[in-house]
Amino acid sequence: MRRRLKKWILDPTLVFAVLGVTFFGMAMIYSAGVVYIPNEVTQGAWIRQGMWFLLAIIVFMVVVRIPVRWIEWIAVPSYAFSILLLASTLVVGTGAGTAAGVKSWIRIGSFGFQPSEIAKVATILLLARFLSQRKEPLSSVQDLLFPALLVGFPLALVVLQPDLGTAMAFGGILFAMLYWAGTPVILLLLIASPFLGLILSYDTIIWSGYILVLVGFLYLSRYRLLLFESVTVVLANLAAGTVSRPLWNRLAPYQQNRILVFLDPEVDPRGAGYQLIQSKVAVGSGGFTGQGFTLGPQKRYDFLPEQHTDFIFSVVGEELGFVGTALGILAFSFILVRLVSMATRTPDPFAGLVLLGIFGAWLTHVFVNIGMTVGVVPITGIPLPFVSYGGTFLLMCWVSLAIAVRVAHER
Amino acid sequence: MNLYHPHARRQRARSVYLIIGLLMGILTVAFFRLQVLRSDTWELRAESNRIRQLPIPAPRGTIYDRNGQIIADNVPGYAITLLPGPPDSIRATLKQMSQYMEISDARIEDLLAFLRRYGQQPLVVDADASFRVVSALQERRTEFPTVHIEMRPHRRYFGGEAAAHLLGYVGEITSEELASSDFAQNRYEQGMVVGKTGIEKQYESILQGRRGLKYVEVDARGRIIGDFAALRVDPGEGGESLHLNIDMELQEWIHHIFPKSLSGAVIALDPADGGVLALYSNPGYDPNDFVSGISTQVWNDLNNDERKPLFNRAVMGLYPPASTWKLATAGIGLDLGVITPDEEMPVPCTGSYAFGNRSYRCWNPDGHGFNNLAEAIGNSCDVYFYQLGLRVGLDALLRRSTDIGFSRKCGIDLPQESQGIFPAEREFWERQFGYAPREGEVLPLSIGQGPNSQTPLKIAQFYLALARDGSAPSPFLARDLELEDAWALDLAPEHIMSLHEGLRNVTSPGGTAHFGTSLEYWEVRGKSGTAEHGLSQAGLAEPHAWFAGMAGPFGGAPGIVVVVIVEYGESGSGTAAPIMAKTADHYLRRQHGIPVDSVQTYLDHVRIGPVPTWYRERYPTGVGGIR
Repeated sequence: MRRRLKKWILDPTLVFAVLGVTFFGMAMIYSAGVVYIPNEVTQGAWIRQGMWFLLAIIVFMVVVRIPVRWIEWIAVPSYAFSILLLASTLVVGTGAGTAAGVKSWIRIGSFGFQPSEIAKVATILLLARFLSQRKEPLSSVQDLLFPALLVGFPLALVVLQPDLGTAMAFGGILFAMLYWAGTPVILLLLIASPFLGLILSYDTIIWSGYILVLVGFLYLSRYRLLLFESVTVVLANLAAGTVSRPLWNRLAPYQQNRILVFLDPEVDPRGAGYQLIQSKVAVGSGGFTGQGFTLGPQKRYDFLPEQHTDFIFSVVGEELGFVGTALGILAFSFILVRLVSMATRTPDPFAGLVLLGIFGAWLTHVFVNIGMTVGVVPITGIPLPFVSYGGTFLLMCWVSLAIAVRVAHER
Repeated sequence: MNLYHPHARRQRARSVYLIIGLLMGILTVAFFRLQVLRSDTWELRAESNRIRQLPIPAPRGTIYDRNGQIIADNVPGYAITLLPGPPDSIRATLKQMSQYMEISDARIEDLLAFLRRYGQQPLVVDADASFRVVSALQERRTEFPTVHIEMRPHRRYFGGEAAAHLLGYVGEITSEELASSDFAQNRYEQGMVVGKTGIEKQYESILQGRRGLKYVEVDARGRIIGDFAALRVDPGEGGESLHLNIDMELQEWIHHIFPKSLSGAVIALDPADGGVLALYSNPGYDPNDFVSGISTQVWNDLNNDERKPLFNRAVMGLYPPASTWKLATAGIGLDLGVITPDEEMPVPCTGSYAFGNRSYRCWNPDGHGFNNLAEAIGNSCDVYFYQLGLRVGLDALLRRSTDIGFSRKCGIDLPQESQGIFPAEREFWERQFGYAPREGEVLPLSIGQGPNSQTPLKIAQFYLALARDGSAPSPFLARDLELEDAWALDLAPEHIMSLHEGLRNVTSPGGTAHFGTSLEYWEVRGKSGTAEHGLSQAGLAEPHAWFAGMAGPFGGAPGIVVVVIVEYGESGSGTAAPIMAKTADHYLRRQHGIPVDSVQTYLDHVRIGPVPTWYRERYPTGVGGIR
């Protein structure tokens, strides 16, 4: 029995864990629709999600049977295709729901999907292909240039949509895969440093201090980076600090507000802070054991924003309490750990890199989505894998899962 | 070196596990803090999130008249309100509602304008909806989730137009009022109904009461899901009732007899305590129109009406007191001792009086000959009072009149009262007219003309003092108030007697107001006045007609003081005096248990038939066939 199951789905442990989370998600989407004054959006969403789930299962069964060679081969055309789609969203893209201003959707008739979901998978495959061919670790800024461009291209297009949440997921993919490819941690930190510079530049004095520390560190560094690298990193930091103000001004007011209310939600309790406050009220009032499945008042009275998509975990918090949220976090931890342990066990560099790419994407989604419901990270429109309502997202998560188990179990 | 050697992979995996543990640990701690350590605070927050306080308006205090008759009370009413939202959906909802109730397009535009101005506040679609409309909307509650039907006590004024100026009216508090000191106590909030004018405003703090609260559960869009049972409903407290000195039957009678085509005012006071028995101003308005928010149309009509129906002439109108003032000149003269009651003035009245290089007319060009004080009052002889005025002197007249209080307010318990205008000293002329007054200024002043304007209420207070012992409290509307005498004429009893003698002459056979004031049961003592004003001097309009006086049983103490002014009424004795007499008669008859009648004065009787028996018996010799 177990052998047959293993033959069909390759990794029953992971697949069943994900299956459990998916069913849990559908239950929560059902609960999100139980409100005092029903609306068309959340009402019956769980049934639509169920349809997509059936499709996802079929697609999973197919993808799981594709030879890894094919998967490797398809990386280049799918990457090119997804870049094309991403670029076209900037022209023909439409928003959805509350994120109507974000052009991340492509609609064909009544069917709509987000090309960024496809792009994530394609980027993972192509980056894995590139990195797996290297025999030496990436040890200089020049080495990092190509992988950074590979990820940076779709990332830039996603930022232009603008969809900060997905952009963060690309970041997660890049760092996880570079690390798995043996890149020194110090180098990763140095690439990340311009982002830190970007954030710190809100205060000129703090930023100046940061730049001085950075230069001092590079000078004294026992890794003794080459002069070129040091100069590049410092210049990048300087550039980040310089462009931060114009970049901030370019952000849409709602995005600025999201960052501001992350620092203090009460500055704008009726506007941008509203979502975070209502989410915290829902989660907090859930207490240890919760209000009971489908019984959460915050959700029922419609105070929770986006309760079936981005804020689905707030419903978990309100209705199932700390028991529910802790178990949820545990379930995701299990899935993430399982991905890494699969990567540890596979001798194939390509497989390991693909697993880490998927891991990086999911970790970002899980941490940012769950974190934003309690104000640990700023609110970004990013869904929770397998749980949030959303057809293409669920489908692509299952495709990623299929690729993960496929590459991990290639013999 | 193999980049993906198992050992290297395991080493890297360990760091990755660490990161997973760290990030998931952060999340778990965050949830633990929120859900276990701080959950009490958030539970409270969740409740306050969805529980709204809905005010239950307190019924206003009932207003009674002196006989315990209700003048103003409350009836249950329903207000239909609409929760604010985007203008388009509000418009759509209103259109949809108009199937079941009357909402004109103009009204929709009004409401949308209100929405644009006060975005957060509920829109009052109909402050006084009929039961039919309410039940029609209730049946379709699901169609109209944002429509809210609220029980509201609704003010009802029984007298309608009759007591409009006196009672005032109520309306929703405005933002200006909320900010003003009148409503400074924090019990006032947006949406409350408050007194706007009259008694309603004056005694707002007594009548208002305390509004109650109930708790309902609402969703994020403010739609009411149901009552919140866990918190007790606070029913609030109705306002205290208020008892007035007003005699509502009398007030309505005055409204009935006052000529509707003319403007003017009537004030009736109780000589016993200065209580206001009636306070009437014409033209009026129906205060019931204001109760549920006056329509723009009616409001504009009232404001643009040339006759100023909103203006309370009884306490706000300023008129030259004319001959009613002669009693003041007489009183001052007696008190100063410049005349005795029986003394005649040296110059007889020949229709005019020469002073300086000018001739001053008497109203009667035929003249009155030699008069003593009582005769002069009876004839209203201007020439007598010119000479009396000169004897008193300008300075003394200014000082004494001011001391008595003719340029002060009475202090009636109404929110608005005009202050009388009377010069306090000679500088007045320099300030107002730019010249130093000559001694001759005293001539017009002594007959109630010149720079002298008084409210009907002030004249009523003056005659109240005459009807009593020379002192008079402030006329008051509310009952059971301990009032100090606010006004004292300092007249010896015998001087008052001689003034009464003069007032009696006015209404006696041969007096100017005899026919209009002769009543079967009561003796009227009073003084007519015909007030010249700018328009009348230019020949463009009739003068104002005054009659001020008192009435009571023959030979007894006065039972009522009445002052009547009729704008452009032409003649005090012809127009105002009958109104005064009929007012007094109606009140006194009821006081003494005599059935009331609409045919009251001698004039009334002869208009419809023969000279009444009581008149023949009283004056057997006849009065020369004059009618």
